[in-house]
Amino acid sequence: MRVKYVLSEVLVGLWRNVTMSIAMIITMAVSLTMLGASGLMYRQVDDMKDLYFKNIQVAIFLNQEVSEPQRTELKGKLESDPLVKEVIYVDKAQAYERFKTMYQDAPDLVNAVKPDQLPESFRITLNNPEEYRNIYDQYKETDGVDEIVDQSKLLDKIFNILTSIQNIALAAAIVMAIAALLLVANTIQVAAYSKRREVAVMKLVGASNWFIQAPFVLEAVVAGLIGSLLGLVALVAAKYLLFDGSLSALQGLLSPISWGDILFIFPLMAGVGGLVSAGTAWITLRFYLRV
Amino acid sequence: MTKTYPKASRPSLDNVSVSIEKGEFVFFIGPSGSGKSTIIKMLLHEVAPNKGRVVVNGKDVTSMRSWKRPHFRRSIGCVFQDFRLLPNRTAYENVAFALEVIGKTKAVARRVVPEVLELVGLGGKEHRYPHELSGGEQQRVAVARAFVNRPLILLADEPTGNLDPDTSIEIMRLLDRINRTGTTVVMVTHDSNIVNQMRRRVVEIESGRIVRDQARGVYG
Repeated sequence: MRVKYVLSEVLVGLWRNVTMSIAMIITMAVSLTMLGASGLMYRQVDDMKDLYFKNIQVAIFLNQEVSEPQRTELKGKLESDPLVKEVIYVDKAQAYERFKTMYQDAPDLVNAVKPDQLPESFRITLNNPEEYRNIYDQYKETDGVDEIVDQSKLLDKIFNILTSIQNIALAAAIVMAIAALLLVANTIQVAAYSKRREVAVMKLVGASNWFIQAPFVLEAVVAGLIGSLLGLVALVAAKYLLFDGSLSALQGLLSPISWGDILFIFPLMAGVGGLVSAGTAWITLRFYLRV
Repeated sequence: MTKTYPKASRPSLDNVSVSIEKGEFVFFIGPSGSGKSTIIKMLLHEVAPNKGRVVVNGKDVTSMRSWKRPHFRRSIGCVFQDFRLLPNRTAYENVAFALEVIGKTKAVARRVVPEVLELVGLGGKEHRYPHELSGGEQQRVAVARAFVNRPLILLADEPTGNLDPDTSIEIMRLLDRINRTGTTVVMVTHDSNIVNQMRRRVVEIESGRIVRDQARGVYG
């Protein structure tokens, strides 16, 4: 009976102040969506880093006048270098083949370039992509080396952008969370005020503190959980409309977000939504009801 | 015991010592601000004395932790001048509410509530709302609510303050009947008529001090 009483009080409480409840749920939902998005992004960036850095290469271009001994010496050095995992030699003919496939849409350009204009190069894969700088310092003065290009430089730019988007989402989540928190506190105060007679009688006849507080705290928790459900819906919609829709062109660049990832992030959203609301409600009640 | 409220120039209760036996009926009388209500608040563990002890049912409640208060209150019934009924609940529901919020089942309420409403003389009016009842009837509901849990002590803070003399007498008869079941009744009042008619123990307080404690006293 008591459980039934508490639950019906929760529903009545949410309904009594329905505009406030909706405001509370919406802010909560937006905040939790941002939190979820930022969490997804975090996993995403990690996944992508793994994926890209595994395949990343440093290209050491040789100058046109490089001599055979220089080339052999450099090859030997690279192959014995502990930082280097793999060395692939690309000669002028292979470079031309690559060039042709890369620019097959621009036949004029391909026709204008002759195979021996393209530099030969060593494509090396590093054991740890972040040690690029060492390789650069070590080999930039070596005879026959023209230029050293690190692909991770470019990737860093992309990851910086992704990380800042993630930080913006997180900041938005926090700002919205503060708004949601204040709304929860306000809603609970209004609820406690509208039930002040009941609360006074309950305190008088000796109802236990948890029994007095439970309907209010649960009211906030239910709002938090509804908010996280709406956040889940928003994330699903975002995946469906954005990633699988208008951003699908970027699919090769961004590693895909699976439904599993979204479902995985939901407990985090629901947990944060529920706990933050419960905590706020409980603290508000301590000040407001003094129970 | 002594109680001084913050910012007060003199203590609300100054070195007061009263002992009330089980089953007694005691009036606390005195002018407004004399400290009568402070005694009620101390018995309810709402305020604590600065000096001295409050002992209820043989237990020292002076330093009782606040989380124990709810359980402690279940042994005390309370009636106030302003009834404090829930306006959106019927007489029956008001009384049943007091039982249900302390964990009694609906079945218990169905058995006990009609009984106690009958006792206070409201048989047949169970399903009226407070606004459909007269002041005296509303106070009966309040008494029923205070008594339904069979408390050891009934505290009444000016229970007749809002009632006309005839109705007041009826409420006093009811409190007297409750007292006869063995419940200790502590009543704070201004009503000289009632005190004079009842001829019970009277403790008069003035400016926080006991000026009179008489076994079968009258007002003033």
